Amino acid sequence: MTSTLKISHLTKRYESVEALRDVSLTLEPGMRMALLGHNGAGKSTMMKIILGLIPFDGGEVSVCGGAPGSAAARAQVAYLPENAAFHPALTGEEQIRHYLALRGEDAGRAGELLERVGLGHAKRRRIGTYSKGMRQRVGLAQTLIGRPRLLVLDEPTSGLDPVSRRDFYALLDGLAAEGASILLSSHALTEVEARTDRILILARGRLVAEGTLLSLRHEAALPVTLLVTPAAGAAEPLAAALPGAEPTADGRLRLDCTQADKLPLLARITAQGERVADLDVIPPSLEDIYTHFGHGEAA
Amino acid sequence: MNRILATAASEFRIAFRNRWVLIATALMVLFSLVLAAAGAAPTGDVGVDRLSITVASLTSLAVYLVPLLALLMSFDAIAGEVERGTLPLLLTYPVSRLQILLGKLLAHLAILALALVLGYGAAGVMAFVTDPASITALPSLWRLIWTSVLLGAAFLGLGYTLSSLSRRPSGAAGLAMGLWLLFVVLYDLGLLALVVTDSGGALTTHVLPVALLANPADAFRLFNLSAASAVAEAGGIGGAASAIALWKSAASLVLWPGAALLLAWAAFRKVTP
Repeated sequence: MTSTLKISHLTKRYESVEALRDVSLTLEPGMRMALLGHNGAGKSTMMKIILGLIPFDGGEVSVCGGAPGSAAARAQVAYLPENAAFHPALTGEEQIRHYLALRGEDAGRAGELLERVGLGHAKRRRIGTYSKGMRQRVGLAQTLIGRPRLLVLDEPTSGLDPVSRRDFYALLDGLAAEGASILLSSHALTEVEARTDRILILARGRLVAEGTLLSLRHEAALPVTLLVTPAAGAAEPLAAALPGAEPTADGRLRLDCTQADKLPLLARITAQGERVADLDVIPPSLEDIYTHFGHGEAA
Repeated sequence: MNRILATAASEFRIAFRNRWVLIATALMVLFSLVLAAAGAAPTGDVGVDRLSITVASLTSLAVYLVPLLALLMSFDAIAGEVERGTLPLLLTYPVSRLQILLGKLLAHLAILALALVLGYGAAGVMAFVTDPASITALPSLWRLIWTSVLLGAAFLGLGYTLSSLSRRPSGAAGLAMGLWLLFVVLYDLGLLALVVTDSGGALTTHVLPVALLANPADAFRLFNLSAASAVAEAGGIGGAASAIALWKSAASLVLWPGAALLLAWAAFRKVTP
């Protein structure tokens, strides 16, 4: 199968500011890709270029085999803008009916779509009375119209409570399983961690890292933290046996080591036998990796 | 076509909820009835039926009120979408910008037509009730309705243009009021000054007719006044009507909505969400 989205050497300038510089990426069918970056890193700009909403200065962008914003591309791409907004005078159902009609679909399916995002009970109320989370769900409902091949979701889970977020990602899993490609940006790194196939980190318009969480962890070579809980009364001898260990406020011992030293260190800890009551291995979080790439290469 | 109709249906619903339908209709009915009642006084002397008098009065009213209503309905069309943040999503849908404009135009024209038919209709009924001979002037009432719709379409298109250019509803509202003042009030004042200073010279005979045709509001007034037998009652700038062929003012009225729509399309295409 051909790539759903292919970007090569994309460049975009606003006056003298380079919003995007030499960005390349490929999104295959069924792939879920997370786009991370600070505010102003170029995430929304890149999404708007993919959607054909704004022009770009250099490079090539191919969306579902066509130019971004072409009729063919628009027919196959769904978009969820950051802070999805709708006309307050329309009800959720009327708004979705309108979007269905614009995509040439049966407007009668509006109720069913709203049920899928958990808004069935409020579909006859005006959007003006909705909470932010409910508006976000109207936004999600409209992305489900007409089996899109590519979903571009800008901060899709902002304003959603934890349970809705889980439901939302389950919905995405289903779409990806059916072959849809998903490109989403997020600030909530922990939820992206488990739910995407690839992670892209943008900093000041440049792509500074791309890969799976595992490969990014290796590449960043950030220290692993081990937390050792000593058995009762064994705190002091254990600390003496593990040089470099720092006692934490809750009575545990904290050790930092590189990826390469992790297994030897583990062997040393387990060799302490009865003195060790428990052990936690904490890999560098996505936050750490993000900070590493976001700051490290930008200068 | 379905996309245009879907857009129109949504827009009509929004206008209905925002009470625009009610406001436009109430305004037209109220002013038409006031004019119909006020026009009752001179009937006996002039020897024309009541409806002809009413239509002449309504024409003068429409020149002001129809462009105003059209601009009030249209100034928010694009700028409002930009401000609410609904435009980027809409533009990612497989619907062209022209289709969006046509959908909005269709809805706003329908509202305007409804208000006009009810308003003029009320005045017409009042004329019939007091003077059965009014039946002979029925064609002029019909002519007033469809020319008013064309006049409205022209100003709706101009309103969309301003809305696209300013991208902020408050700015668009200001521009719309400026445009209204320019086309409906200042333009005629300028022409009047021209006629007075030129006193029958080349400017009056050559420039004035072109200038009148170039303004949709003046073309509307010319067409209705010269088509009806009511020129005498209206007087004023209508007196110039006799010098200009009917088809010219009709052509201006028909061409303006299309030209305004093209302008709006060109301006809307330049809007980057």
